Amino acid sequence: MKPFAYERADETARAVSTVAGSHGHATFLGGGTNLVDLMKLGVATPERLVDVTRLPHAEITETKYGGLLIGAAVRNSDLAVHPLVRERYPVLSEAILAGASGQIRNMATIGGNLLQRTRCPYFQDVSKACNKRAPGSGCPARHGEHRELAIIGHSEHCVATHPSDMAVALAALGAEVHVHGGQGLWSIPLTDLHRLPGEMPQRDTILAPEDLITHVELPPLPLARNSRYRKVRDRASFAFALVSLAAAVEVDGGNVADCRIAFGGIAHKPWRARKAEETLRGRPATPDAFGAAADAELADARPLRDNGFKLLLARNLFVRVLTDLVDG
Amino acid sequence: MVDPQRAAITLAINGAEQHLEVDTRATLLDVLRERLDLIGAKKGCDHGQCGSCTVLIDGRRAKSCLALAVALDGSSITTVEGLADGDELHPLQAAFIDHDAFQCGYCTPGQICSAIGMLEEARAEGAELTPEAIRERMSGNICRCGAYPNIVAAIAEVAE
Repeated sequence: MKPFAYERADETARAVSTVAGSHGHATFLGGGTNLVDLMKLGVATPERLVDVTRLPHAEITETKYGGLLIGAAVRNSDLAVHPLVRERYPVLSEAILAGASGQIRNMATIGGNLLQRTRCPYFQDVSKACNKRAPGSGCPARHGEHRELAIIGHSEHCVATHPSDMAVALAALGAEVHVHGGQGLWSIPLTDLHRLPGEMPQRDTILAPEDLITHVELPPLPLARNSRYRKVRDRASFAFALVSLAAAVEVDGGNVADCRIAFGGIAHKPWRARKAEETLRGRPATPDAFGAAADAELADARPLRDNGFKLLLARNLFVRVLTDLVDG
Repeated sequence: MVDPQRAAITLAINGAEQHLEVDTRATLLDVLRERLDLIGAKKGCDHGQCGSCTVLIDGRRAKSCLALAVALDGSSITTVEGLADGDELHPLQAAFIDHDAFQCGYCTPGQICSAIGMLEEARAEGAELTPEAIRERMSGNICRCGAYPNIVAAIAEVAE
């Protein structure tokens, strides 16, 4: 690991200005479960870590609108078992508990979870080319090991997937991300936080290095009481998703009154399935209709040589999760 | 002249306060093993995947190989060495022996510390611990010898 300086931030504005003034050499430290590992691997080489875990962003509070305001320094495990999350947004609790292991969920923060890097094997191996790690060096994954990588929204420069389960649930729920950045305070829908790789795969999100996520806000969403997260992976636990689905649905008189759906494991960002949602609204809540909606969403998919299986897996998962939700 | 790549920290380790000057790169695991001679927690994968380095940080199970010691200033750490009361084993230690819940023993300190944290998490949630639930909640601890059936039995006995 390269030597670095460490400081514990006690004030948000000062943490932001420290990173802003570092010309890209300083970075925020949350739980460290991904960043410390990437530093060991030589993938991340910050000269200064600004520890933001003791900033006053560690509370979960109900908003006056009936939603939830989640501090970015809240630990994943604490959010997963929060009574209001379990009652009103079970998909979020299930998604968090489907990720990593108990020890890592105790350490990892909400902000850090959103900003974790891809687990593409080429990205994590500094002896290999990778456009995300070393822009312009190439993407060996495109013709190499890509069974677990993207099937939709990828580019010739990068076929990585975003690894977070939690972010998939937050995308479905319409979460808003609050940022304290060099330009002041602003917020953005979670679905606009992460980017598609395009020609700049080195940028996972739209954030500048000094933009600190302070909170994630969930809107009131009564239909989310009937929501679910399901994750398909190579082993039963402690593995990243091949494909996952977060879904919430409300049925009225046998028809889909409203729904919120997002895929994980198939793209460079949590994939909110807006085409599928539009296809479903007002239609009969039947497996045939669910299949047609999945097909509408996945029509733009372009699987790689070895991950074509994900397309059918995604469709089947969609039909199964929606069917289970409707059947109660 | 203060070296920005070193820091003075205080950790309460197994109840005893330790004042240490550490390299900012040092993980908690490195400090326990190399500085304090507490070699119960093991360096298995060193990437947070195997669980053999599991200890309790402020009562919660965590992977000490991914925790920078400098970031833990003021924390309380419990390692496997701090579990027994003299010759009186912690109930989980005794259960691991009764159920022969290991072969080579390398993963055992991590398994036991993880199980202690896990039982507390389940108690706080009011969750039922079926064998299936124990397996899921303990999935962050790998046993290369495959002693899982006996590990689950040992934990289930203490959970009751």
